[in-house]
Amino acid sequence: MTTQNRSVIIIGGGPAGLAAAAALRQQGVEDILILEREHDLGGILRQCIHDGFGLTRFKEALSGPEYAARFVDTVQQAGIEVMTDITVTELHADRTVVATARSGRYVFKAQAVILAMGCRERTRGAIQIPGSRPAGVYTAGIAQAYMNLKNIMIGRSAVILGSGDIGLIMARRLTLEGASVKGVFEIQPYPSGLPRNITQCLDDYDIPLFLSHTVTAIHGTKRLTGVTVSQVDSSFRPIPDTEKEWTCDTLILSVGLIPENELSKMAGVLLDPRTKGPRVDEHYQTSVAGIFAAGNVLHVHDLVDFVSLEAERLAESVGDYLKQAPADEEAVPVEADPELAYTVPQLVRADRDLTVSCRVRRPLNRVRISIWQNDQKHVTRRFRRAIPAEMIHLTVPKEKLVPGEPLKVVVEHE
Amino acid sequence: MNKTLTCVICPNGCQLTVDYEGVTIQSVEGALCSKGNQYAEQEILDPKRNIASSVRVTGGKAPLVSVRLTGPIPKKKIFDVMAEIRALSVAAPVEIGQVLIADVSGLGQDVIATKRIDRI
Ligand SMILES: Cc1cc2nc3c(=O)[nH]c(=O)nc-3n(C[C@H](O)[C@H](O)[C@H](O)COP(=O)(O)OP(=O)(O)OC[C@H]3O[C@@H](n4cnc5c(N)ncnc54)[C@H](O)[C@@H]3O)c2cc1C
Ligand code: SF4
Repeated sequence: MTTQNRSVIIIGGGPAGLAAAAALRQQGVEDILILEREHDLGGILRQCIHDGFGLTRFKEALSGPEYAARFVDTVQQAGIEVMTDITVTELHADRTVVATARSGRYVFKAQAVILAMGCRERTRGAIQIPGSRPAGVYTAGIAQAYMNLKNIMIGRSAVILGSGDIGLIMARRLTLEGASVKGVFEIQPYPSGLPRNITQCLDDYDIPLFLSHTVTAIHGTKRLTGVTVSQVDSSFRPIPDTEKEWTCDTLILSVGLIPENELSKMAGVLLDPRTKGPRVDEHYQTSVAGIFAAGNVLHVHDLVDFVSLEAERLAESVGDYLKQAPADEEAVPVEADPELAYTVPQLVRADRDLTVSCRVRRPLNRVRISIWQNDQKHVTRRFRRAIPAEMIHLTVPKEKLVPGEPLKVVVEHE
Repeated sequence: MNKTLTCVICPNGCQLTVDYEGVTIQSVEGALCSKGNQYAEQEILDPKRNIASSVRVTGGKAPLVSVRLTGPIPKKKIFDVMAEIRALSVAAPVEIGQVLIADVSGLGQDVIATKRIDRI
């Protein structure tokens, strides 16, 4: 088998991969190849048919497929090479990429590889509900794909476990299609989805949200007939005598997303146990030279607008990387306040403008989040309320940064 | 009277505090932009929403085309509009932005396709 040499290989043709490709081409990078497993480009957005995307970028409220189509058009008009129906099955630290399609096996060697494989959903196995395994239990993303891509109605009466955004959006979608959604049960004492989705997906349709509740058993042999729900204490243990039975033929799991890591691990890319995605510097370069990552493969995003921006920042650095072997400033850590779940990047070299993305661990009222280096405060943002569902961004221009000095992201209560 | 709302116009999801008396809005606090003030007024007087769904396609590469409305409609009309959308079936090809139902339920908004579906 012959190995094809490429400047840049992008694994995944979702919003992250498409935005990175378009931005690289704009910088004059000629030799780009996107490899996409599905038949169509666009990633998960193809099934997110509700509107509200792209307000900042396009000044219009677009649906997911329309937002994706804008980027697909840009990539096609720029003449960027794309292969679809091809799955990358191996990635090596020397940036060898092996991919499989019906037409055969392909081997590429790239100067730079961009990881843009998105994320996967946590499933029942990951959360462990006792009971039989009847039909009618779906993850929210699978339910969305059935209803929005395949025209398969998944059930008539549903219970939703977990208050992630996709679950909330599916609650509305099922209701609009005539199903009855009994309730959304969330184990945390606060919702994990965005407040606007609580309003427009649940409140609008009088769908109740039960916090500090979880499904403790499922019933039915062939098809789901119902679930048992219990209240939980502050350590998430079910409280005895709070069980309640709910009749339903469908259970939708919206219990979280995790970056797609198989290929990253294969290449020896170091992962961050907090984001569960690769650890990167502000160039979005992983621990393996020449392998970069952006989008949901790096950390789970709720808004595609931020995915596109992140991929464009990545492209800027990949462009520089291709031009010259980087005269590396030493990478130093970004220390996250204990109130923060994580930061991306986890390392900085202080040789380009910096955007730090982070999330709080729990809802906080009236806080200031700042970036410090030594006793210099580079930037501060104030929040009336900061919640885990909303990703927070802070930017620092390169001129302010001191190479070799660790950064601290600090949360202060007002 | 005081009411707390979440603005759903953009992903910022501002928490708005509206002070109103009957149909007279006295003040709106918490909006990061002026759209939030309009939203709060609308929400108190006559809540409106945009909706998305899908329409069956015959002779296309996919069985469904996703659709949305060109603008928001009164919340209480959502299920009337859904009934019209559900009754519809279109023949491929379908273009992005193609009007599938003009002036749906006489509410001044169109149902448009949000995906391109080619013929098989
Ligand atoms: C079910 C779901 C619903 C969502 N809904 C919304 C929403 O409504 N609004 C919103 O703003 N955000 C939503 N999001 C957030 C989402 O994170 C972003 O909008 C965006 O789609 C992420 O872009 P991405 O390119 O990182 O990943 P994806 O869109 O997931 O794209 C990854 C692509 O990589 C391909 N791929 C993966 N592995 C391989 C491989 N080995 N070889 C080749 N190709 C591969 C996949 O087929 C896919 O096309 C949703 C996320 C999920 C999971
Ligand atoms: S008030 Fe403006 S910024 Fe805030 S959510 Fe509404 S539209 Fe967005």
